[in-house]
Amino acid sequence: MNQSLTTDVDVRGEHHLAHEAEHDSRLQHHFATFEQQFDAAKIGMWLFLATEVLLFGGLFVGFALQQAAHPLAFLEAHHHLDKRLGALNTVVLLFSSFTAVMAVWSAQHSRRKATTTYLLITLVCAAMFLVVKGFEYHHKFEEGLLPGMFYHHQGDTVPNQFIFYSFYFMMTGLHGIHVLAGMGAITWVLIRNLRGEFNSTYYSPVDLAALYWHLVDLIWIYLFPLLYLIT
Amino acid sequence: MADVLTANTLAGHHHNPGENYLNSPKGLMSWLGTVDHKLIGIMYLWSILFFFFVAGILALLLRIELLTPKQTIMTAEQYNQVFTLHGAIMVFLFIIPSVPAALGNFVLPLMLGAKDVAFPRLNLLSLYIYWVGALMAVGSIIFGGIDTGWTFYTPYSTTTGGAVSLMTMAVFVLGFSSIFTGVNFVATIHKLRAPGQGWFQLPLFVWSMYATALIQIMATPVLGITVLLLFMERMFHIGIFDPRIGGDPVLFQHFFWFYSHPAVYIMIVPGFAIISEIIPVFSKKTIFGYKAIAFSSVAIAIVGFLVWGHHMFVSGQSTLAGAIFSFLTFLVAIPSAVKVFNWLATMYRGSIDLSTPMLYAISFLMLFSIGGLTGIYLGAMAVDVHLHDTYFIVAHFHYVMMGGTVIAFLGGLHYWWPKMFGRMYNERLGRIGCALVFIGFNVTFFTQFILGSRGMPRRYYNYLDQFQPLHAFSTFGSWILGSGLFLTAAYLLATFRKPMDAPKNPWGGKTLEWEADSPPIEHNFDFEPVLKHGPYDFRPERPKLDEPVTHH
Repeated sequence: MNQSLTTDVDVRGEHHLAHEAEHDSRLQHHFATFEQQFDAAKIGMWLFLATEVLLFGGLFVGFALQQAAHPLAFLEAHHHLDKRLGALNTVVLLFSSFTAVMAVWSAQHSRRKATTTYLLITLVCAAMFLVVKGFEYHHKFEEGLLPGMFYHHQGDTVPNQFIFYSFYFMMTGLHGIHVLAGMGAITWVLIRNLRGEFNSTYYSPVDLAALYWHLVDLIWIYLFPLLYLIT
Repeated sequence: MADVLTANTLAGHHHNPGENYLNSPKGLMSWLGTVDHKLIGIMYLWSILFFFFVAGILALLLRIELLTPKQTIMTAEQYNQVFTLHGAIMVFLFIIPSVPAALGNFVLPLMLGAKDVAFPRLNLLSLYIYWVGALMAVGSIIFGGIDTGWTFYTPYSTTTGGAVSLMTMAVFVLGFSSIFTGVNFVATIHKLRAPGQGWFQLPLFVWSMYATALIQIMATPVLGITVLLLFMERMFHIGIFDPRIGGDPVLFQHFFWFYSHPAVYIMIVPGFAIISEIIPVFSKKTIFGYKAIAFSSVAIAIVGFLVWGHHMFVSGQSTLAGAIFSFLTFLVAIPSAVKVFNWLATMYRGSIDLSTPMLYAISFLMLFSIGGLTGIYLGAMAVDVHLHDTYFIVAHFHYVMMGGTVIAFLGGLHYWWPKMFGRMYNERLGRIGCALVFIGFNVTFFTQFILGSRGMPRRYYNYLDQFQPLHAFSTFGSWILGSGLFLTAAYLLATFRKPMDAPKNPWGGKTLEWEADSPPIEHNFDFEPVLKHGPYDFRPERPKLDEPVTHH
């Protein structure tokens, strides 16, 4: 039924509102077609992602300048990070991005069960990432590798290493908050999928949640070499 | 025509005569829970007007304090807090949301013939976030006040006491409100235009709102992270801005102005938006150079990102950087002048109607030109070193922010008042109010150009006796300005005492919002608007837009 909807209303949404559209609660009243609603939502999401990139962009610039001002401190401080755990988390997130893509593809093809499975795998990967990150944080707390005034690591030969950990915790912390938000979004989409709300004509929430998840992944792909692989 | 009829029957939004967006939902909850862009716009409007009033009173107090060279009515500490709050409230709680979130929210969907913005719930969320941010900002007065100036420069802001942390978090929160409005507008303009309304049939208001929204989206996140870092520096001494622990205070200035210079265009481009509507309508003439005006807004949005260093000529940045920023700053003058000349060319040989909105538009042209040209002085490095941190700067940005944006906002408020509330204001009082505002503004701020060029530094509590006559003159001006604004508030509020008398299209405008009722019905139009002529098509020989279907 929905398939016919998109075809009998022409692309510019001209003149005639389709009757059926009026009765489908998933189409908001101010849109004429599902296509228009989907396009608008997609523009909104991309703009939101741009703001996220700029938000982290400020931190990246600050990091770069402070690294240039204190190169030895940053080099020395980063040796306390566990590269293997960082690499593991990178692989976990990359894989979760793949499953997010597969969830969108399944939703596009009205394969509800497959969508559920892929969303669940994505969620598990996100949780794994946070658990690994939790272990890393715990280790830093033990050693006193903390931001700003809380830094009390013993035996430093190079001063100002606390600045590196200020950035480390701000960047990974803000990223961690984004992981949590992404998990929230995926859970919400998962519940709606279980209710059977998505099919090949209407799957934009899956698409948007996946877009957001890719951004969370992308930021980590930049954070990993920036923090863990200083030379 | 048949199509329009079909749409009307199918859409089925029947309504009774006398029913409109203001009275069809009932009760407080229907306002607080609404997703109607018009109600959200009105709630924004009253909120920003409240803060305009508060910050305006603070300004009057500041001017009274400056009447004498020594203490007049407040202590030096109170003075620091009052000028900080005046600036912070005016910028973050009044000017930035004034045109986009209040007037734009109301008008923009109507101009597109849309039923609402693309994301109505996000729109409501933006309003709530604004309220939370506003409460935090006001809370900072109660919890110790702030004395840093609205720019929060480090290292002073990382060491001073008071409620700087709360205020910076308020700015962080308010940023989201601004971003959400911007995202909403871009998506709305892309996807919800009326059939037949291509990009070059858009009213220029919409083009300017588009440029503004892009700046809001691209610049505000950087301010967000900047104030977050400042907050962290104050709380945990993370070593980014505080030079005692390895931070770089000039980095804060770079970050701050990377947002706050584009923010100047978040504030002034909406002023251009309103002027581009008022001038053709009250000259009864097609706008001159439509595309030039449209693209100049976008050009300002882009170049505006590359000029932040002109705030930092004396902060120790390299001379080369200073020279580049200076050159880029001059570039902004080109699109700005393109606009001014096009507006003048629109008025040339037009049939000019000097009603209140047009008087404000003409005031804007004069005041903005002075503000813009003095900006060129300040963009020249050698001149800026002399004038930096003097009253010349204070006068310059008041000419742009108040003489530009606020005057345009007042023009827009009068222009769309009949549309928003269905009531006409007293035209005679309107003109008197505008004259008082114009005279008072110039007496107050032109004086400050002279003060500044003679060496009076900004933000000083006491000053040399020789400056007193000019300071006193400026203070008298603020009273004229204040009385003009109070008169305006009085006759606008007085319109609510009489029944709704505004016609659909009191000014003869050609944009789509004038096809809707005054005030519009809940879903904006009782027919589906289809664009048949351009937004400034005042040629009489052209066939008129199909008459909307009569009410049921």
